[in-house]
Amino acid sequence: MLLSMDGEILQIIGVTLRMSFFSTTISCLIGMPLGVIMTSSSFRGKRTIRKIINTLMGLPPVVAGLIVYLLFTKYGPLGSFGMLFTVEVMVVAQCLLITPVVISLTSGVCSVNGKSLLETAKGLSFGKIKTMRLFLSQNRIALSSVMLTAFGRSIAEVGAVSIVGGNIQWKTRVMTTAIMLETNKGNFEFALALGIVLLIISFAVNILASLLTREGEE
Amino acid sequence: MKKLLAVLLALTMLFAFAACGGNSATDGNVTPDNVPANPVIRMSTTTSVNDSGLLPYLLPAFEKATGYTVEVQSAGTGAAIQKAVDGNADLILVHSKASEETFVNDGYGVERIPFMYNFFVIVGPANDPAGIKDGAENAAEAFSKIADTKSTFISRGDESGTHKAELKIWGDNVPDSAAEQWYINAGQGMGACLTMASEKGAYCLTDKATFLSNKAELDLEIVLAEGDDMKNTYSLIECNPEKLDGINIEGAKALIEWLTGDEASALIAKYGEEEYGSSLFYLIKE
Repeated sequence: MLLSMDGEILQIIGVTLRMSFFSTTISCLIGMPLGVIMTSSSFRGKRTIRKIINTLMGLPPVVAGLIVYLLFTKYGPLGSFGMLFTVEVMVVAQCLLITPVVISLTSGVCSVNGKSLLETAKGLSFGKIKTMRLFLSQNRIALSSVMLTAFGRSIAEVGAVSIVGGNIQWKTRVMTTAIMLETNKGNFEFALALGIVLLIISFAVNILASLLTREGEE
Repeated sequence: MKKLLAVLLALTMLFAFAACGGNSATDGNVTPDNVPANPVIRMSTTTSVNDSGLLPYLLPAFEKATGYTVEVQSAGTGAAIQKAVDGNADLILVHSKASEETFVNDGYGVERIPFMYNFFVIVGPANDPAGIKDGAENAAEAFSKIADTKSTFISRGDESGTHKAELKIWGDNVPDSAAEQWYINAGQGMGACLTMASEKGAYCLTDKATFLSNKAELDLEIVLAEGDDMKNTYSLIECNPEKLDGINIEGAKALIEWLTGDEASALIAKYGEEEYGSSLFYLIKE
């Protein structure tokens, strides 16, 4: 059943991986440093910011999709870029969803050994950037699972990407929106088969990540 | 402070529950003389009849008169039929003749009852780059103009009744969405496709009811209406209790009888006149 539309499925998997990879990378690049700052520094309004971030973690994907849609719609503030219904704008929506999760999880991870790391940094009279690097490198195993969580959210998300991506065949169709489409068509078995493929991909990414972190440990 | 918050939270939840309670069931103010033994009818239908507001407009009258409660599930015609095949509906209201005949021939449906019709329309940007307004008599001609000028066209691509009608109009010349950049296979519902067409300044085949009920938000207009190849027929089919378990056949029969009766006819004929200046659906007289 899956073999019959091999080419298209491979293309859909490709778009899915591309989208998830970029949204994970970007949201980790933004979110992890911010997460470290949330733990390592103290500043005014930190509690309020933490509350806002925790609230954003619960942002429903369709709402994120709607916000990004309204930004990029033809007459919207960013409409002139003509980016609606592209993979790029899907990545934007995903980052909006995932970055708060990355910030919050990173901050949680770093708070475990935060005190001792801060003392070490103080003792060695590290600057801000070196302190940041210390936090990130000391927690890299836990942070790799943060990264996997981000990837998992990205690859499994359907509401936002269908609004801003439009589920266009050969262009913005990803695994989740393809599954939704097949369900809407009434092809429940095929939809389930696609779901299994999605799970296998997630599993493969997990194995790859655990291999990488193990190598890092040795 | 904390106590106050707790009280507020509790009040909000109470209010939410109360609001839910008000919406569910047929409420206490309806007291039909004879409540049917099996009062729930499951109807599987397409998005166009439900989202255009026709069923929410018709069904309260039926429910009030008979004491039945109709649970409407709406999806594309493909999924709407599949749900019935899986035994999750008592009757279907769909618009794809070939699929309906298969449904009946396979024994899942009792009889196909053509019920009402309207017209598909072709909508597009006001500047009409393919020149359909003055140059096409029917949908097939309009489509070949769209293909000739390579104007952007949004296809449902979801095996819904509208998608099947579109494919039928293309005939042997269905564009290949992999090769042709202008032919976009969106794989979404009618509303989402119309939004996409509006964003991209593209053409789209749609049922008239859905277009008119969404028109205010769309940058599109009708470029072709009522060609001879654009008729859109909706049928009612009750599910076969001999083939499927747990079918509320009395309920299905009662609903079909009511929908094809005088009261519903009058209501359907009036539907849309006030808001859009023309009826959205026309009844098929036997």
